[in-house]
Amino acid sequence: MGKPELFEKLAFDLGPFHVGATVLTTWLLMGLLAGLGWFGTRRLGVRAPMRLQTGLEGMALALHAAIEAVAPGHARRLLPFVGTLWLFIAAANLIGLVPGLRSPTGDLSLTVALAMLVFLSVHWFGIRIDGLKTYLRHYLSPNPILLPFHVLGEVTRTLALAIRLFGNMMSLEMAALLVLLVAGFLAPVPLLMLHVVEALVQAYIFGMLALVYIAGALQSQELQKRSNP
Amino acid sequence: MKDMTWFTLLSTVGALAAIAIGVAFPAMAMGRAITQALDALARQPEAEKSVMRTLFIGLAMIESLAIYVLMVVLIVLFRNPLLEYLLK
Repeated sequence: MGKPELFEKLAFDLGPFHVGATVLTTWLLMGLLAGLGWFGTRRLGVRAPMRLQTGLEGMALALHAAIEAVAPGHARRLLPFVGTLWLFIAAANLIGLVPGLRSPTGDLSLTVALAMLVFLSVHWFGIRIDGLKTYLRHYLSPNPILLPFHVLGEVTRTLALAIRLFGNMMSLEMAALLVLLVAGFLAPVPLLMLHVVEALVQAYIFGMLALVYIAGALQSQELQKRSNP
Repeated sequence: MKDMTWFTLLSTVGALAAIAIGVAFPAMAMGRAITQALDALARQPEAEKSVMRTLFIGLAMIESLAIYVLMVVLIVLFRNPLLEYLLK
């Protein structure tokens, strides 16, 4: 959008696929997060832990506690997926503040991909924890008439998840650009500070909604198990 | 060119009205949700965690309505599919 793009020049075509700025920024983020994880766990120590190790452990514990509060007993299984969503989206939202880079979450393709991951993982965790039959039966409860509404709900909430993240990030960026056009140089800085808060809130909300959807699929089975053992 | 003038005028007015109404109602709903959450917090400060979590999820749900309106308005303003009939 008129800004100088660092990665736009590096874009290339890989067969039929166009590898654009969004994909390249995502790769950079993946590299950064993986590198941080590798560097922080290189020399683990109990007696005298590195400062980075303490920080990472604190983060992992906080994520674990947040998941445990929503889905008690399943935190260990859900932490890799939901924790990754949280960290990746927070980093992806915040990287838009670096000059020359754009948030990959301001691209509808990326948010749709993330929402589809959430959509699939709801079924994955539901089937994995309680088996195919019991999981499919919850679509027919309390009444088979409600089956279309269950299906409709699944589709619309996935769509809403994608549109919410994309709309927020894109509209923030657009608002900053409009202020820049109207008011001039350095005027959008207060708006960019709001961007930091909004980026973290949106990452929290995306991960939390994914967690709530997964926990909903798990809980419906536990309730069923309790009612007819 | 007369048609084009009307089209621009009407789509601008429609987009402005849509965003005004479409933001006002979610704002009212969010205000209600926040007041209720603050009421609950004042009564039971120890329930802060679960109240805040539910509040955030609810606010996200309400907010997405306003985002839908924004999407439709942006489509009408920048990528209007009906424009093709005029330019043909």
